[in-house]
Amino acid sequence: MNKLKLFAAAAVTALSAASAAQAADPIRIGAVISKTGPAAFLGEPQDITLRHYVDKINADGGLLGRQIELIIYDDATNANNARTFSTRLVEEDKVVAMIGASTTGATLAIAPVFEDAEIPMVSLGAGLAIVEPVRPYVFKTPHTDQLVCNKTITHMKSQGYDEIALITGTGGIGKSMRKECTAAAEAAGIKIIADETFNPKDVDMSPQLTRIKGTEGVDAVFVGGFGQPLAVVTRNYAQLGLPFPQYHSHGSASKVYVDLSEGAAEGVLVTGPLLVVASHLDDSNPLKAAAVEYSDTYTELTGEVVSSFGGYAYDALLLITNAITTAGSDDPAAIRDAIEATQNLPGVTGMFNMSASDHLGIDQDSLFMVVVKDGNWVMVE
Amino acid sequence: MSEFLQFAISGITVGMIYGAVALGFTVIYNASHVVNFAQGEFVMLGAMFTVFGISYGLPYPVAAILAIGITCLVSIALYELAIRPARNAPVFALIIITIGASIFLRGVAQIAFGTSFFSLPAVLGTDSIDIAGAVLQRQSLVVIVTTVAMLGGLWLLMSKTLLGKGVVAASNDQMAARMSGINVRSIIRLSFVLSAAIGAIGGIVITPIALASHDMGTLLALKGFAAAMLGGMGNPVGAVVGGLLVGLSEAFSAGYLSSDYKDATAFIIILLVLFAFPNGLFGRETHERV
Repeated sequence: MNKLKLFAAAAVTALSAASAAQAADPIRIGAVISKTGPAAFLGEPQDITLRHYVDKINADGGLLGRQIELIIYDDATNANNARTFSTRLVEEDKVVAMIGASTTGATLAIAPVFEDAEIPMVSLGAGLAIVEPVRPYVFKTPHTDQLVCNKTITHMKSQGYDEIALITGTGGIGKSMRKECTAAAEAAGIKIIADETFNPKDVDMSPQLTRIKGTEGVDAVFVGGFGQPLAVVTRNYAQLGLPFPQYHSHGSASKVYVDLSEGAAEGVLVTGPLLVVASHLDDSNPLKAAAVEYSDTYTELTGEVVSSFGGYAYDALLLITNAITTAGSDDPAAIRDAIEATQNLPGVTGMFNMSASDHLGIDQDSLFMVVVKDGNWVMVE
Repeated sequence: MSEFLQFAISGITVGMIYGAVALGFTVIYNASHVVNFAQGEFVMLGAMFTVFGISYGLPYPVAAILAIGITCLVSIALYELAIRPARNAPVFALIIITIGASIFLRGVAQIAFGTSFFSLPAVLGTDSIDIAGAVLQRQSLVVIVTTVAMLGGLWLLMSKTLLGKGVVAASNDQMAARMSGINVRSIIRLSFVLSAAIGAIGGIVITPIALASHDMGTLLALKGFAAAMLGGMGNPVGAVVGGLLVGLSEAFSAGYLSSDYKDATAFIIILLVLFAFPNGLFGRETHERV
């Protein structure tokens, strides 16, 4: 009899201990990031951002009174690894939401894993294919190239330009810009009368630019791509003295581009993301505060200028934590519904307004046309 | 007409850049028959160390000389630590080792220098020169003069000095050279130093035009290798002429055909030339005497 009592007491103690542990159980959020490999320039700032802000949330008391446990895997810019880690996040780590992957390719590879498991994921990849067609459990934070092209073409249209030249890189970003901007130009009734390309490592673009210069009737030139060739284009552009206005995509929205162009970037129009221009915005703009705070924090953490890529991760974490708070639960389905219901949430990429048909939630109003003046960005009205 | 001139000027500038890289290939190849695929990384190290030397407040010339020196040390390390221990392996295996070294150096550079892009100030200023409606960057002149000077120096060294004769002897038959009292090890080590110096100098003069980054070496090595093959592997004049041909064919096909196909056009020309001249334009046929 005594034995039985003892056993019952022990069982009760164990049970209550278990439920106490339940209450303090952390909320597990997964992430698959390309911290190394060719896309390290995306993944590294994302990794730094996620770790910093999860620590900050935990230090401030966590979510729903519970701590967040962040489980990050590095896929080394390999879609196969991303897939393996995703399965691990679902089956072993039992996460309630997921951030990643860093690239469009890896995201498309892992999306089915989270669709099957019915766990929401917020991708950091730029491709439109991630959210079109809409998958119930897949969201994303970065701008699409389509938005950038629409913004640029709208500005060209407002200036009365109707015949333009394109010069784009043959890398992934350049190709996508060429495709999307051609479509956007067509839709706006703007004719593309010269269409040149350059390799991502080319050292001289004079022949292509000479052809554009010799093309009859060019009103403006659009330059799309990524990295060092953009500065080379701008330098050659100035050397050859092309008289047309020069538009660049968001790939040029960095201090490095302006510095490397050594003065040749003066007057260049760039479609810039919020983070780059945040400090130039009016204080009344609801987007300003978060973007400036993130930008300053990132510089403090790394000593480097903030990049949009880290900002995508900031927004992904924001979407998920905001959804957990509004849903008041860490049930994956509830989080999914809450993310989809997100309205007027100021992120550092833009203002998020999700809906059942729009899993990106930002539009071209979160992009800003800026011009380089005295080596600095100035807003264009 | 001014368009034609512009394509030609652009082609010569780019061609001389490829030629400078191709020159580096010839020296090590001549001494050891190894095609050193880490040559592009020597170019990168020369450029990046100069950039960082200047950012730490060193004057341009001091930073440049220091960068060349460090690149030479890296090259010696490559020879002593990776190539020499495998000296009894077939040449093919040594070439694979250089590919490994190239990946290693690029990785270390990514960690040390970051993934950003850098520039160096142009020696003669950034104004461009107008020639009958076409423009020439002043730095292009620096690249052309430097490449030609390195070519001349190399020719003098190889054909007019005892040291050069030693290199030729070591390349023909290491055993016979050793028996004639030539220190083959230091000859080959010297060839690594020379190659590294040529690569680093090339990197420093092209950076104001092409910009520098940790992975700039990959494409330059590929184009430089193509140029060296086109001109005849091992022939310095061939290397520079080969570089010019690759650069000009790229510029003219980008200008008159389509920029989409410019690399394809360049490589088709190389293939056609190699069909007609299997040893390259200036390459000599090799005969084995039995």
